[in-house]
Amino acid sequence: MQRHLISAADLTRDDAVLILDTAEEMSRVADRPIKKLPTLRGRTVVNLFFEDSTRTRISFEAAEKRLSADVINFSAKGSSVSKGESLKDTAQTLEAMGVDAVVIRHGASGAPYRLANSGWIDAAVINAGDGTHQHPTQALLDAFTLRRRLVGRDAGLGQDLSGKRITIVGDVLHSRVARSNVDLLHTLGAEVTLVAPPTLVPVGVESWPCAVSYDLDSTLPKCDAVMMLRVQRERMNAAFFPTEREYSRRYGLDGDRMARLPEHAIVMHPGPMVRGMEITAEVADSGRCTAVEQVANGVSIRMAVLYLLLGGNEPAVTHSRTEEK
Amino acid sequence: MSKILIRGAKVLGGEPQDVLIDGETIAEVGTDLSAEGAEVVEAAGKVLLPGLVDLHTHLREPGREDSETVLTGTRAAASGGYTAVFAMANTFPVADTAGVVEQVWRLGREHGYCDVRPIGAVTVGLEGKKLAELGAMHESAAGVTVFSDDGKCVDDAVIMRRALEYVKAFDGVVAQHAQEPRLTEGAQMNEGVVSAELGLGGWPAVAEESIIARDVLLAEHVGSRVHICHLSTAGSVEIVRWAKSRGIRVTAEVTPHHLLLTDELVRTYNPVYKVNPPLRTERDVMALREALADGTIDIVATDHAPHPHEDKDCEWAAAAMGMVGLETALSVVQETMVDTGLLDWAGVADRMSVKPARIGQATGHGRPVSAGEPANLTLVDTAYRGPVDPARFASRSRNTPYEGRELPGRVTHTWLRGKATLVDGKLT
Amino acid sequence: MDTHDTPVHPQASDARPVLEGPDIARVLTRIAHEIVERAKGADDVVLLGIPTRGVFLARRLAAKLAQITDREIPVGSLDITMYRDDLRMHPPRALARTEIPGDGIDGKLVVLVDDVLFSGRTIRAALDALNDIGRPRAVQLAVLVDRGHRELPIRADYVGKNLPTSLRETVKVQLAEEDGRDTVLLGAKPAAQ
Repeated sequence: MQRHLISAADLTRDDAVLILDTAEEMSRVADRPIKKLPTLRGRTVVNLFFEDSTRTRISFEAAEKRLSADVINFSAKGSSVSKGESLKDTAQTLEAMGVDAVVIRHGASGAPYRLANSGWIDAAVINAGDGTHQHPTQALLDAFTLRRRLVGRDAGLGQDLSGKRITIVGDVLHSRVARSNVDLLHTLGAEVTLVAPPTLVPVGVESWPCAVSYDLDSTLPKCDAVMMLRVQRERMNAAFFPTEREYSRRYGLDGDRMARLPEHAIVMHPGPMVRGMEITAEVADSGRCTAVEQVANGVSIRMAVLYLLLGGNEPAVTHSRTEEK
Repeated sequence: MSKILIRGAKVLGGEPQDVLIDGETIAEVGTDLSAEGAEVVEAAGKVLLPGLVDLHTHLREPGREDSETVLTGTRAAASGGYTAVFAMANTFPVADTAGVVEQVWRLGREHGYCDVRPIGAVTVGLEGKKLAELGAMHESAAGVTVFSDDGKCVDDAVIMRRALEYVKAFDGVVAQHAQEPRLTEGAQMNEGVVSAELGLGGWPAVAEESIIARDVLLAEHVGSRVHICHLSTAGSVEIVRWAKSRGIRVTAEVTPHHLLLTDELVRTYNPVYKVNPPLRTERDVMALREALADGTIDIVATDHAPHPHEDKDCEWAAAAMGMVGLETALSVVQETMVDTGLLDWAGVADRMSVKPARIGQATGHGRPVSAGEPANLTLVDTAYRGPVDPARFASRSRNTPYEGRELPGRVTHTWLRGKATLVDGKLT
Repeated sequence: MDTHDTPVHPQASDARPVLEGPDIARVLTRIAHEIVERAKGADDVVLLGIPTRGVFLARRLAAKLAQITDREIPVGSLDITMYRDDLRMHPPRALARTEIPGDGIDGKLVVLVDDVLFSGRTIRAALDALNDIGRPRAVQLAVLVDRGHRELPIRADYVGKNLPTSLRETVKVQLAEEDGRDTVLLGAKPAAQ
């Protein structure tokens, strides 16, 4: 049975719904005077971050601490890793200290998969974002946010996202958030449309379970949620698009475009937002934008994942694809 | 040197015959030859081929002796049935002077497992800017005839044109590593369905094909011959086929791994499958097999690329590119070409010995198995089938993609000019 | 709910009912009266059922208390999964709902409600969970069935039926809300599986 969470594509529909339902309960802990559960007492989780990401690291750390796990933060910068120590050596050093789970963020696609499947360590591995590959807890928290807003907090329990139409806009090519979301939203029954300039859509996208469009305006009236991806300004220099202005004119979300969304539709952003690029301040600060909610939901989702992978004598999540053999 | 009688071998896969070696040459080929005064090698059921010739080997010496040396690399070659290998120039220092190529050539001679023919760099330091002293390398004791910046593409069209022209003076050949550098910045694997899913930087087929297209046109324009290293895509096959139909003097090689493996394997993120050019799709594999069978692709070359364990025991992006291949090449060719009915053993001899020797002008290699010829031979137990065990490799490195995979065929004997380098699967 | 202590559901055929629907209704009415009596009017009572069946029992008790006192009695649920002492012995369970009534539990008389009292470990976990939620004036425990075999120094304040059992027996409570009918079944554990 799988003990790791490497890719959103590995989750079955039932696994994903179980995680969302569990997160719904976990979210109530945040409303209590003592925001802590004893569940992971005596378990040690290391946050192994080879890439700067304060937001994700803090979110995992909050989740781990709320479940009473012992937390070790390891940032590769300024450590022996920058002096040439390998991922393998680093992981084995940490495991020698008695680590039960490794939350890994790495700039190289596949690094968490390698860590989980190379026999280097025994600990459970949770992918906190690898290169341009996957970021499964982000997809889960997005799905959680979508279910709460589009189905309902209580009405959503046990439910998936069947029939919901989600549009993901922006730099799909370089986005692990887009990959994870396409996989998970499809598993949950949603219809996903990717919108991007053709330069920012990967060759091979035709095998993904989603539609692709180059035109934002025509998709907006037909969607229940639009998810804006961050577009880094540097991409302009590699000729992915001519200018920032042209990008935001064609693919940015401003007030006019937001007005074309159905009334109930929400605007999502995984953060950090580049205001004025993919999203205007007007949209970002509007009540329809769930960016802040997503951050809060991230803690609940990560608590749920940690509980379901580490809370018992074996994991509750039954996905199967990632492990070799 | 004494006499050796190879009894009952299927020469080039044909009817059983006896082959008598006397000294450095084949004395007689026939039936019921007298064993008098000769050491007898019973070869019933086995296939006898001319010693294999590899036009594309990385021996790593000088500079990276932790991954391979001329000694360990030539022992690996003998184990795999090779009697001559062409050593690529991307050593440290680069083989871009007469001094370095002579050193490599001399080491090969001293060890005596396999003839080593150094390949000279096209440009100084493989930097693609300034032609290396191609003439000096040719005139050196190593007698270099093949030039390549392999590992890097000679991407500057003017430098490539000049190199193609310049080596005509001594009938040399430029072997191009076709990889458009701008299109492959940050590239990690074949660009397509799998790379899109895995989030690994895409290495488009067009980055290879555009360079091949340019170079065959350049070769035509200046009337030179050009050799294409490790051709890996169906599109490249089409371009070479078109060039040959126009009479352009182009030759091309394919590696064993590109005949067998696809980019689906990269889903494991296991860097043993990381190689340059990258593993492609099933469609490409099938096109390469067909092209090797019909002669569009002239030869099989291993691109034997040893790397130390730590360079592969890591995350994909950090891993080195390349696979060892000398000791598994013939098995992979049997699996993909012979056992599939695409090529007979005479065809294998042609693609793995005769043609590579001719392209590289390796005198005395790739000759017919007949009286008076140099006794460069390899004997293969084609009925064998078993798992690949890297622990048994003679190479210093173990970075094989075939560990544990069942493959057919096993080289049991190799003779270099009458001297056995491999006997019953054991190096002498 | 000590389900893990009685993991095997007896077959209907070899299980014997010890309480039927009318019995259950009667003992709940009695418990409601006892609560009113001991809490001197139940002014500050909050009922917290332990999922799954404790929640239904708590709701039924609340309805009866409302009849007696003519006031709405706050009722909620308290999931103790995350506080169990045997988490490491099983795969993680799906969580049930914890629902604390609006005014909270600080200074209140919390009555925990469960179906079967057995080892006492569930109640120990419930007390820990309560501790993280607030500070009640007092905590009491109401159970439908007390089958004995305590492993911790815990006792119930209100008991529907004391049911002496052997460890080889199983007790299964069925309630209309979950199981379609009201009954308490006593059965024999099958031999080793």
